[in-house]
Amino acid sequence: MNNKLIYSIIFFLVIIVLYGLGEGSLFITGSYFKFSMVMLVATTLYYYIDRAKTGGDIYLRPIAGLKAIEEAVGRATEMGKPVLFVPGISDMDQVETVSGLILLGHVAETTAKYEAGLNVPVSKSIVMEAGRETCRESYLKVGRPDLYYDDMVHYLTDDQFAYAAGVNGIMVREKPAACFYLGKFYAESLILAETGNSIGAIQIAGTGSPAQIPFFVTACDYTLIGEEFFTASAYLSKKPELLGSIKGQDIVKGFVMAAMVIIVVLNGFFQLGWMEFDILTVFGN
Amino acid sequence: MTAELIGAWVVVFLTLSIFSYLFDDNPFYKAAEHLFIGVSAGYWAVISFWQQIQPNLFGRLWPDLESLAGEKTLLQSIWYGIYEVLNFVTTGFGLLDRSVFPEGGIEGYDEIRFIYIIPFILGIFMLLRLVPKVGWLARWAIAYIVGMTAGLRFYSFLNSDILSQIKASAVNFSSDWGTMINGLIVFIGTLTGLIYFFFSKEHKGSFGTLSKIGIYFLMIKFGASFGFAVMGRISLLIGRINALKDYSAAEYNYATPIILGIIIITLIIWSLKGNRNQSELTG
Repeated sequence: MNNKLIYSIIFFLVIIVLYGLGEGSLFITGSYFKFSMVMLVATTLYYYIDRAKTGGDIYLRPIAGLKAIEEAVGRATEMGKPVLFVPGISDMDQVETVSGLILLGHVAETTAKYEAGLNVPVSKSIVMEAGRETCRESYLKVGRPDLYYDDMVHYLTDDQFAYAAGVNGIMVREKPAACFYLGKFYAESLILAETGNSIGAIQIAGTGSPAQIPFFVTACDYTLIGEEFFTASAYLSKKPELLGSIKGQDIVKGFVMAAMVIIVVLNGFFQLGWMEFDILTVFGN
Repeated sequence: MTAELIGAWVVVFLTLSIFSYLFDDNPFYKAAEHLFIGVSAGYWAVISFWQQIQPNLFGRLWPDLESLAGEKTLLQSIWYGIYEVLNFVTTGFGLLDRSVFPEGGIEGYDEIRFIYIIPFILGIFMLLRLVPKVGWLARWAIAYIVGMTAGLRFYSFLNSDILSQIKASAVNFSSDWGTMINGLIVFIGTLTGLIYFFFSKEHKGSFGTLSKIGIYFLMIKFGASFGFAVMGRISLLIGRINALKDYSAAEYNYATPIILGIIIITLIIWSLKGNRNQSELTG
């Protein structure tokens, strides 16, 4: 066991002991378990981020959809057609939208590098501003600020289906060679993906909305399912702090799996009368 | 009846214009699409202002003076002086009637919440994007939203997606066999599904097999969701068809068949004209 791991464990224990001592006076009562879980997740993530920063090797399995992003932009360049990027219909208070805009940065870098056209219709004003900032920075980063113009990220409407109708109109008129749907989507997802499919565009989708993933899986060439979408930015950036956070999240998943097995076993014992304590009471109401 | 009749004809025209997309991108679809986008964008702008900004932001900063407790202080007088200045500007320097800032403050709250100056300033920062020299201030507002979201969602996701999921994994062994087996299947599906989302480990050997089982579970779920959503969409289609059928009646002056006929004839002419232009260009 290395020193940093020992320090992390000590830090975690000290914090939860302090919370326990101050519960009712300094801290609110009844949230001890949840606070411990927050601290466990935070400490685990911090430990692995720190490890990655100090040169620890982190393996990441390949994700097909991410490799395809560059291919899709390359295809659009060869065909002389633009790339369409749809960041979903939610505002910046949704994690999916933030993730989508991070990926927009990568797509914009690629379009700037290949000199391909980029069209980003949005449905929220703040997303438009954030999208413009992202694209401007990406074009600057690859040394092509001359190719950037504000209207590549443009507002359509806040209304869900009016937005879908507008994006469909752009698709059938401009016939983009590559369509990206990366963000938070609702019922408009199938309408968009079907139209993209009908114009023969290569389509890459990614969302954390479980109800919309089936439509993208059906109509798109590649789909980043749930967490694949959230980790995509780390994959693409290759920044140690982001790679470390993926490793940390995997460890948290390991904790969750172990906790589930323990819950099933101990709760089973309680139901069979072999144990007096019901483990589920730990979680509160 | 006249308003209802006009409404029915507009509904039928717009519905059939949107359906005309099944033929091709055509002038009817374009008209309906642009109308839809334009009307909805304007509608959302008005709704956002009158249901969010005016009552929730201005209403908290300048509540109705009569609802405030105690004597009016000097600070309040200055504060409501700013309110009057804003009113003067928004009424076109006194040319228009008061609307955004009514006389004596906005009803709804009984105390001045000065903390709302922060979102007010952040909102102004967003608008400063229109002034190139200070447009960078908009980044502060965006940074606040993103940072606040990350912190706020961390706890709620931990609560709903992790702790609740762990709690829900408990299998009810005291119930009938069907429920028990169902619980075990959900438990195995959740575990193997989680294994699929391990990114820092190669999916090989027994780990790879479990990951494959996980993706099968996910695909079964996606298939069920897809079927369920398609059923919902079919019921929406039935709703529209029923509406079109209702508007075919004599009391609506046969709106559906007449508009349908006009759209079909126009599309045939438009299509033939398009083909002729195409052959002239190529030939």
